[in-house]
Amino acid sequence: MGEQSPVLEMTGIRKVFPGVVALDGVDFRMFPGEVHALMGENGAGKSTLIKTLTGVYEIDGGEITLGGKPVRISGPLQAQQAGISTVYQEVNLCTNLSIAENIFIGREPRRFGKIQWGRMRRRAAELLARLDLDLDVSAPLSTYSLAIQQMVAIARAIDVDARVLILDEPTSSLDTAEVEQLFRVMRRLKESGVAILFVSHFLDQIYEISDRLTILRNGQLISEHRVEELSQVQLVEKMIGKELAALEDVEDKAQSNRERAAGAKPLLEAEGLGRTGAIAPYNLTIHEGEVVGLAGLLGSGRTELARLLFGADKADQGEVRVDGKKVSLRDPQAAMKHRIAFSSENRRTEGIIGDLSVRENIILALQASRGWARPIPRKKQDEIVDKYIKALQIRPADPERPVRNLSGGNQQKVLLARWLITEPRLLIIDEPTRGIDVGAKAEIQKLVAELSTGGMAVLFVSAELEEVLRLSHKIAVLRDRRLVEELENSADVDADRIMQTIASGASS
Amino acid sequence: MTTMQTSPVVKGDGPQLNKRHRSFRPNTKHVPILATLGLLVAMYVSGLANYPRFDNPMVVVNLFRDNAVLLVVAVGMTFVILTGGIDLSVGAVISLTTVLTATLLKADWPPLVVLPAVLVLGALIGAGQGAVIHYFKVEPFIATLAGLFLARGLALFINEDSIPIRNDMWRELSDFRIPLADGVSTKPIAIVALLTLLIAAVVLAWTRFGRNVYAIGGNADSALLMGLPVGRTKIAVYTLSGFCAALGGVLFSINSTSGWAGQGNGIELDAIAACVIGGVLLTGGSGFVWGTLLGVLVTGLIRTLINFQGDLNVAWSQIIVGVLLFSFIVMQRLVTRKAR
Repeated sequence: MGEQSPVLEMTGIRKVFPGVVALDGVDFRMFPGEVHALMGENGAGKSTLIKTLTGVYEIDGGEITLGGKPVRISGPLQAQQAGISTVYQEVNLCTNLSIAENIFIGREPRRFGKIQWGRMRRRAAELLARLDLDLDVSAPLSTYSLAIQQMVAIARAIDVDARVLILDEPTSSLDTAEVEQLFRVMRRLKESGVAILFVSHFLDQIYEISDRLTILRNGQLISEHRVEELSQVQLVEKMIGKELAALEDVEDKAQSNRERAAGAKPLLEAEGLGRTGAIAPYNLTIHEGEVVGLAGLLGSGRTELARLLFGADKADQGEVRVDGKKVSLRDPQAAMKHRIAFSSENRRTEGIIGDLSVRENIILALQASRGWARPIPRKKQDEIVDKYIKALQIRPADPERPVRNLSGGNQQKVLLARWLITEPRLLIIDEPTRGIDVGAKAEIQKLVAELSTGGMAVLFVSAELEEVLRLSHKIAVLRDRRLVEELENSADVDADRIMQTIASGASS
Repeated sequence: MTTMQTSPVVKGDGPQLNKRHRSFRPNTKHVPILATLGLLVAMYVSGLANYPRFDNPMVVVNLFRDNAVLLVVAVGMTFVILTGGIDLSVGAVISLTTVLTATLLKADWPPLVVLPAVLVLGALIGAGQGAVIHYFKVEPFIATLAGLFLARGLALFINEDSIPIRNDMWRELSDFRIPLADGVSTKPIAIVALLTLLIAAVVLAWTRFGRNVYAIGGNADSALLMGLPVGRTKIAVYTLSGFCAALGGVLFSINSTSGWAGQGNGIELDAIAACVIGGVLLTGGSGFVWGTLLGVLVTGLIRTLINFQGDLNVAWSQIIVGVLLFSFIVMQRLVTRKAR
């Protein structure tokens, strides 16, 4: 793609929020027909930069030109009209409406002011056919999986004559086959001259699809490269601004306490525990100080299994023993009484309360377990919160900032802190590292390893096999809502071995 | 992540994935409305079985006449509830409209000036509330509660007593009968109510504005990010509700040929109840104006049945509406939970 002129050029972009400079003179450019990856840790300014492009935020300084002409993007509609379309990380569609409507709403084909439903459905079906999807376009979106919803969001975005298409973490909830499907679509769009801004935390995906990448750190531009110029290790170092030693460290730690847990006594035993339609009856024993990893594809029942142990869903068969005594985990309060904590995968809707401050969010669970009649003294609160902000490196380290203003990775840490201060004996963490960057990921993994060394049992749910392998003593493999195999993690267990189990369903 | 060896056995290819979803309860959103329809039919049939004169077509025709005002107001309310809002001011807007209409007609204003004037006033009150809700991010409950006090206060300020209307046009409209069949006729207000319903149904199903209303009720944040005019639509919805309330007030004043500040008291709650019984989700985004019609008819038919029975206290109609509300809300919960 020789030296054509960029379709989009942002120069000296500055965006300030109360107390933080989110973007500090960032330059960014995109050429037609390229996939451009925007890289950076959480809180580096990626989301902010994207939001200035999509009109959610107005910039405080700098200039944006589109096709050589300066533009002022004052709202989502203006962005779309200028040819900038976006698919957000969390699918932003209306699930109560039909698929066809979600694709066309605001741009419905009309005659004499009347929506032409037939034409709209046909066009929606055609558009989806281009993405190799065959869906009932008049069915409400809520009846489809998150992955399909994402595809619908992309269909909506490409139907607008987009010159710039922004895909913010589109792959974080897709499985491998769906990612391939998405990449096919992206390549086709690229050929037609669309510039695609791609954000993903999966480095392999970045390297597979992107032509060029721009790295941000702490709201500043670090550098721009062609992808082949930069190795993955170099990239990560530029993103986090330090050597990769931290990651290696985790590996050693997990290795050393892998043996240690052998003699521990069982903390929680589930026997024939199951819930019809959610997860088939399973047996699982978790020992003190043990990290049990749950591996399986999206929708294989990982979350469902974990939710039964926390009483978030009620089991309709089987029993649970804690310390050898039969207990009833009929609701989360009962589970909390047995000092079981659950950090949800869905941090935005099930965990974090955006308008409350970091301090209030952290203190929430502890206060709840004490009962509201006995407030925790403010001084004690500050003490605890400061300790965990430091321990988990929550940034910015300001306990009074509303959690809404924190990046995804830091929100995740706040959520973890909330459960950690209740000193659980079993911590269930569901996808703690989804959608967060390499640096924060390493920190959370390190933390899990440390916690288990301290005697806490951890049930670790993750879609990333490497992560599960690195941390777990024992790995439970799920497939089609059934626990199919339990593996002691040893040197000869690797990702291939687990993939085989996931693929074949039978233990070899 | 390393490349996964996904065999087709594990994931299934695209079409297979989709098929699994396709047979997935396509008509969830119709369940509440069908339940209400079933209830209505059952009530009517039980009326036929128990009371000899129930088969008179006037029973049905009068249902529309007696509930014309409620229907008009409930239609406006449906738009508001579909966006996830609520409008408590409609009853007060009705009383203000009737009082103002009667006062202006008494002062010999030409009726063709009074009519548009009060309708515009109702729309403006609605628009004002909508603007407060949108621009100052005030809860609709609070904003329209303020509107309620304001409008009711104004009505009382203008005149505390009932004012008779002697205007010819109003009198003629009140006495006019539209023959439908042999011995069956109805009043113009029923026709106006049905027209309002029809227009609303078309607007909701066939226009961008209508679809935006559903989108906002489904997820306002998403709607904004999809580039929909959220603010404009919200304000429009309250404007519409205010307009419908004023229209209801006009119908009231025609029906009773009088204006009184106590008129329409509490009708906002009847309207909300009708919407809910008709399957309009209070959280927004789901429901039809036809459901609202059914809800209005159900509450009306309860009253008719009690009249036919003769020896029952009218309080029973409220008790039954209360029971119905509870059961419909619970049913909506169950249906939406299953759909998830």
